[in-house]
Amino acid sequence: MAQMTMIQAITDAMRTELKNDDNVLVFGEDVGQNGGVFRATEGLQKEFGEDRVFDTPLAESGIGGMSIGLALTGFRPVPEIQFFGFVYETMDAISGQMARYRYRSGGTRPMPITVRSPFGGGVHTPELHADSLEGLMAQQPGLRVVIPSNPYDAKGLLISSIRNNDPVIFLEHMKLYRSFREEVPEEEYTVELDKAAVKREGTDVTLVAYGAMVHSCLKAAEELEKDGVNAEVIDLRTVAPVDYETILESVKKTNRAVVVQEAQKQAGIAANIVSEIQEKAILHLEAPVLRVTAPDTVYAFTQAEEVWLPNHNTIVEKVNDVMNF
Amino acid sequence: MTLKRTLENIENQFETFQILNEEGEIVNEDYMPDLSDEDLKEIMRRMVYTRILDQRSIALNRQGRLGFYAPTAGQEASQLGSQFALEKEDFILPGYRDVPQLIWHGLPLYQAFLFSRGHYKGNQMPEGVNAVSPQIIIGAQITQTAGVGLGYKKRGENAVAITYTGDGGASQGDFYEGINFAGAFGAQAIFVVQNNRFAISVPVEKQSAAQTIAQKAVAAGIEGIQVDGMDVLAVYAATKDARERAVNGEGPTLIETLTYRYGPHTMAGDDPTRYRTEDEDNEWEKKDPIVRFRKFLEAKGLWSEEEENELIEKTKEEIKAAIKEADNTPKQSVTDLIGIMHEELPSNLKEQLEEYKEKESK
Repeated sequence: MAQMTMIQAITDAMRTELKNDDNVLVFGEDVGQNGGVFRATEGLQKEFGEDRVFDTPLAESGIGGMSIGLALTGFRPVPEIQFFGFVYETMDAISGQMARYRYRSGGTRPMPITVRSPFGGGVHTPELHADSLEGLMAQQPGLRVVIPSNPYDAKGLLISSIRNNDPVIFLEHMKLYRSFREEVPEEEYTVELDKAAVKREGTDVTLVAYGAMVHSCLKAAEELEKDGVNAEVIDLRTVAPVDYETILESVKKTNRAVVVQEAQKQAGIAANIVSEIQEKAILHLEAPVLRVTAPDTVYAFTQAEEVWLPNHNTIVEKVNDVMNF
Repeated sequence: MTLKRTLENIENQFETFQILNEEGEIVNEDYMPDLSDEDLKEIMRRMVYTRILDQRSIALNRQGRLGFYAPTAGQEASQLGSQFALEKEDFILPGYRDVPQLIWHGLPLYQAFLFSRGHYKGNQMPEGVNAVSPQIIIGAQITQTAGVGLGYKKRGENAVAITYTGDGGASQGDFYEGINFAGAFGAQAIFVVQNNRFAISVPVEKQSAAQTIAQKAVAAGIEGIQVDGMDVLAVYAATKDARERAVNGEGPTLIETLTYRYGPHTMAGDDPTRYRTEDEDNEWEKKDPIVRFRKFLEAKGLWSEEEENELIEKTKEEIKAAIKEADNTPKQSVTDLIGIMHEELPSNLKEQLEEYKEKESK
């Protein structure tokens, strides 16, 4: 096995699928010759040729629409949106179009498109680069939203996404791209979509998170252990649809939960999870289910980023509130 | 000294291409397409059929027996002349007014009625019919057409993607992105803009400073042509030429057809008297595509009033049968809707499916 960063695992997943299936196409702004602004597509054009890995004009709506057209002719497009803040430029192509095409063709035209895009805070980007917009995507019926938290999952989830016959929004947290390496098999494997992972078993409180916040939760869990609180940490991996079964099973065991997201508080993934927990497990709860989120402002790019973003300390505080309720 | 100006020079290049004038006379013999007498009659039959279908659809809509409907009368030459130039394998990405092209590409009429009623079965193209159902978002289909045209190029298919929008659609960002992508990738695509002079109520003069929509092709580096959209032979010839060049690797084409919709924008309450004059309506009706084509065919001895009346009766019968078939199709349920959202149901919908199965079984 090889030691890989998350970005290397992502490149490896695309290479695997480009090799496996001639219908797979990888394209976007600067993904060809340049290998992508984060080098996610490094070497792929050289290996598979310009016909399958190519640059597009700088126009996100065009990229989204063209992906749909290619899917209509039997291809399996893997477009990149250079930064997910640019998704607003292609909201119709994604939410108004590709998400609805299977329905709009009476179930006859699949849209096997995987839209890859970097997002997430803490790396000092300009405005509209770091925003967590997964909640917007999750509200759109017909879309799957996948967010890996580590290199192993990133490769397996991306391969599963590319093979899926419905559109997947695959969001890659920028802070995780090169922050650590882990063992990733060089051969192909898949990680199941729509399935959460228990990253740390515990008995006292359930922490639910995804993306970079999984690591903040794990760090918080270590801190909490010093105070005798044994936290279970769940990594959602797919945020739409949510694997409520795994969450509910855990909450029924721990009787307490804190849901963590980097996105703003209102109308997000976390709010939905809190609702579902109280609908399905209220009699198991010893305390209200709390949320750790960013405040309801636009992303505090560069200036107040460190305070704006949730971190292990703010998670520990909320867990203490829940434990002491 | 002033800097060199180019706009006027470019705009002067875009003359309206016409073959058949308002009197039904061939005025551009050099471009007369190679169509058999039977082809010419078939084009006439399709235009008459579509005019009757439009009249019946408006009536059915007023009786509450149809859903969303965008009238087509006046635009038959633009719609059917271009579709007649296609091959079966060509892919149509229509706008919401472009149901006639789908019907002549192979969508059964009763399904067109189901589309109007919002039934998912109206969106299921029969096997081998390369088309998607009409687009509601103005311009969204244009970038998709670049993708289908690129897909055909990548596969080496002898086929094109063709899309339709109106003059309003030519203002959308997706219009420019679509033709620009198609040009950049050499997509096998044809973009038809049916310029019927109004984006609902806003006249073309207020929509753009450009004198023609065809000239917008220049900015994308693709071919553009303005065609008399009331002349079915000119529309046919322009589309046929665009198709040939596209499959020969010579790039996409933007076709602007100058046309007019006699009716309202849709049947949902639009009142054209608020933004058009009767004089203008009358001027355009003099250019009517069916009237001039009838004159042309009659002069050739290929058409008679008797034949047309027979066709009209037959068409009315077909429409009656199709609406009956649409009426006999079981109503769409929420359970049906859940079933066509995904290949594999996600967990949330599995739960909701059970809920609605129970509700709808009562």
